Amino acid sequence: MIPGSFDYHRPDSIEAAIGLLASLGDEARVVAGGHSLIPMMKLRMATPEHLVDLQDITSLRGITINGAEISIGAMTTQAELIASDQLAAVCPILGLAAAQIADPQVRNMGTIGGNIANGDPGNDMPALMQALDAVYILQGPEGRRDVAARDFYEAAYFTALEEGEILTAARFSAPPSGHGHAYEKQKRKIGDYATAAAAVVLTVENNSCQTAAIALTNVGDTPLYAEEASQILRGSNLDKKTITAAANAAKAITDPAEDGRGPANFRTHIAGIMVMRAIEKAIERAK
Amino acid sequence: MSKIKVEMTINGDKIEGSVEPRTLLIHFLREDLNLTGPHIGCDTSHCGACTIDLNGKSIKSCTVFAVQANGAEITTIESIAGADGTLHALQESFREHHGLQCGFCTPGMITRAHRLLQDNPNPTDSEIRYGISGNLCRCTGYQNIVKAIRVAAEQLNPAQEAAE
Repeated sequence: MIPGSFDYHRPDSIEAAIGLLASLGDEARVVAGGHSLIPMMKLRMATPEHLVDLQDITSLRGITINGAEISIGAMTTQAELIASDQLAAVCPILGLAAAQIADPQVRNMGTIGGNIANGDPGNDMPALMQALDAVYILQGPEGRRDVAARDFYEAAYFTALEEGEILTAARFSAPPSGHGHAYEKQKRKIGDYATAAAAVVLTVENNSCQTAAIALTNVGDTPLYAEEASQILRGSNLDKKTITAAANAAKAITDPAEDGRGPANFRTHIAGIMVMRAIEKAIERAK
Repeated sequence: MSKIKVEMTINGDKIEGSVEPRTLLIHFLREDLNLTGPHIGCDTSHCGACTIDLNGKSIKSCTVFAVQANGAEITTIESIAGADGTLHALQESFREHHGLQCGFCTPGMITRAHRLLQDNPNPTDSEIRYGISGNLCRCTGYQNIVKAIRVAAEQLNPAQEAAE
């Protein structure tokens, strides 16, 4: 499959990239790892006239940890998230979840920025970012603005990203040391998107849940931050009844499409199972 | 759309080419450079038949534009055997242990396994399976592929230790 023709640009600074987008207009697209965009171009479902490749912009790469503050550059690959011992020490859920995305070759190209900016409800990182209450750094011709991951997603492939803006980083505070976490994903096979998946981050003290955040992947038009389900856990003793109630609250906000992964009510059911398993695993991991 | 000049180091040789931006790396390798070891299987970044090393990492060359690889260092299956045609331990092991039947996935499978053993010289069977999870084989059922990689790793390890 051969994509349509386009002109290729490889700027070496974020300013140059923003300048290119401003001058080229709405027929330009940025490409990070390309593993969402290039398949769409091969199917001619995307036909950009200009591709702006971000690979030479070194400031977009890498993980910066400053105390509890974590900043992940948009061009950081999934493989780099998995390989980072520093990240694993303070926020292991990201590397563990990245290891459930696609396959080794794809993770060497696929980036966190592409994963969160594309707006594909099948992508895994958006729900994680919502569970961690991350903020996305967007840079455009008007300067920089920050948008919370929980406010970023509007509909499938529609986000708060304005034309001409580039998502440059995701920032969040590491959950407290000793926190519990899990990303539970059911998929039909390696490389598939989730039938349903759930991210859970929580803290426990004296058998009482102090903080909790739950978010869901691929059971709606957007990733879903499950506030009510999270609220049910907070202050509870995390017994079986509470976990079931949280899973039911999470299921109530799902609205999955019926597709090859199953009928909608099946996927909602799986979402509930993923939430329960993720909570149970997070409790086991919490210290 | 005008062509763009590209330069890469492929299997140790500096090459130059001129490509349309939309030319996929797999087509550049196969059609412009006659490196037909990397195969086109699914053409949708699932099957891994087009696997090559790009700057020391396994990637699927059907989902990268040649222009994106401008300036890169590339290794394909063509450089894994010795210059005199002596098979690499992995290739020998795939032959010995029936790690292939039709052979279509084999170049990608071996190129991926070659990188896997450089990253993790002594993988467990489950690490091998996870490591080759981006490469599909519709013949073997994988059992003999895993065995071939395990045996090759065992053979390569003493050789590496002796060299050190």
